[in-house]
Amino acid sequence: MSLLEVEGITKNFGGLAAVSHVDLRVDEGEVVGLIGPNGAGKTTLFNLLSGALKPSSGAIRFRGENITGLKPHQICRKGLARTFQSVKVFGGMSASRNVLAGAIFGDGGRVSPKQADEEVARLLESVGLSAVADVPARDLKLANQKRLEVARALATKPELLLIDELMAGLNPSEVGQAMDLVAAIRERGTTIFIIEHVMKAIMGICGRIIVLHHGEKLAEGTPQEIATSRAVVEVYLGE
Amino acid sequence: MQTGKASWLRLRTPVLWLALLAAMGTLSLYASPYTVIMVTNILMYVILTVSWVLFSAPTGYISLATAAFFGVGIYTSATLGGQLPLPLIILTAGAASFVLAALVGALTLRLKGVYFAFFTFGLVELIKHLLLWYEVSVTGVRGRFVVSADNVTIYYVILGILVALLLTSYLIRRSRVGLALQAIGEGEDAAAHTGINVSAVKTFVFALSAVFAGAAGAAMATRWGYVDPYIAFDYLFSFTAVAMAVFGGLGRFEGPILGAVVFAFLRELLITRFPYVYMLVMGSLLVVTILYLPQGLVQLAQKSTWRRLRGHREPA
Repeated sequence: MSLLEVEGITKNFGGLAAVSHVDLRVDEGEVVGLIGPNGAGKTTLFNLLSGALKPSSGAIRFRGENITGLKPHQICRKGLARTFQSVKVFGGMSASRNVLAGAIFGDGGRVSPKQADEEVARLLESVGLSAVADVPARDLKLANQKRLEVARALATKPELLLIDELMAGLNPSEVGQAMDLVAAIRERGTTIFIIEHVMKAIMGICGRIIVLHHGEKLAEGTPQEIATSRAVVEVYLGE
Repeated sequence: MQTGKASWLRLRTPVLWLALLAAMGTLSLYASPYTVIMVTNILMYVILTVSWVLFSAPTGYISLATAAFFGVGIYTSATLGGQLPLPLIILTAGAASFVLAALVGALTLRLKGVYFAFFTFGLVELIKHLLLWYEVSVTGVRGRFVVSADNVTIYYVILGILVALLLTSYLIRRSRVGLALQAIGEGEDAAAHTGINVSAVKTFVFALSAVFAGAAGAAMATRWGYVDPYIAFDYLFSFTAVAMAVFGGLGRFEGPILGAVVFAFLRELLITRFPYVYMLVMGSLLVVTILYLPQGLVQLAQKSTWRRLRGHREPA
């Protein structure tokens, strides 16, 4: 049984099919990449998986359970967390309070205050933000806001983490650090499904890559297969 | 010496609050009957303002429904007065406002920004006219007499509601619900994807805030003696609560309290002494405050404000 199984998922906005009959699965322990040109439907697909949007048709199963149509907070509490393409940190709150929100609400409020504080300290340490724990999130630089979003998502104890463009807008050394972070998250046993435009990064960290084009699944395979696929190269570079 | 000073600093705020509570709790023993009535009025505005702040400040949802909950309290009192003891009437009024706010919240908290403000404003007018229609076509009278209580009793009831409200606000701010509310205000989508049940938290706190406005309405009605839908559901109560909160400053716990006290006191003073220029002065005061103290009256407590007002530039 796969961790995540998606069958024929479709999302129409008016007459436009943003995502059209996509099947996919993500197995436990994998790092799966999702790529495609702008407007291919990548973020829409993440919005469907995380409950931000309701699919027009199709089914989503997480750990064998049908989660189609559940609310975002319910999906989060089942162990499917996400980050956002345009960062959505809680700007007026300190970095540690951002992560605290994830730690407390991610499992439905069962965690004790002491456990939550320990978890927050450990997560800030692991993403390298201990020094700015008390700084309001809006005052952090972009790379750190993205790391903070990852820490907040991890605080909800996900089994599957959807990462939407961790590296856009970062400089080369920050991209390297972000790749290390993804590897570290995988090491601790969290499965990762990641949208990324930085090709060097996605080829380096993913075991398998899915390509979307015009809302449909165009190709799927190892990084080598994708890099040499004629269909994929045509989509990105033209014929 | 050092430790003595530190522990005083730590205790200063609670000690000041307790001293204030002691002074308020014995007011009727040393103040004139007029002062008691005036302070009752001021505290009523503090309740409306702080109850508005409880929900609207952290979430950024501008509610104009305060007058609706206040009016529900007033009419609970007008309907049940004489049939139940006053404490039960107050509790019933709080419960009725809670139920109304929960229903309205569940239906409308999907609306954002100006849409929510308009809806809540419409709610006041809707209830007012439904009630008016009911009174005229069913009971055949426009207004109702309310069984009255004496001024000192009303004062202590209002003070009790205010203390309960302040304690509730303080505890909410420090609780998990407060964290959730703050996260919702910072970003509703991100809050939902962080495991926060956004609709439930918003609806609950909105309903909770309505309890105090309703309870205050029930208490004040016993002082007014006569009410009709226009008096009870006066949307000025909604706007005044917002204005007082902004006037005092939303950034700090004390801000809206200070704003309501100063605003309500000035109102009493001007309405009795200078009735012709009352609105002119209040309007000018609001404009000047927003222009020069955008964070409200509490900004006066910051040294940097005084330097800026005297023309010094902020160090970069």
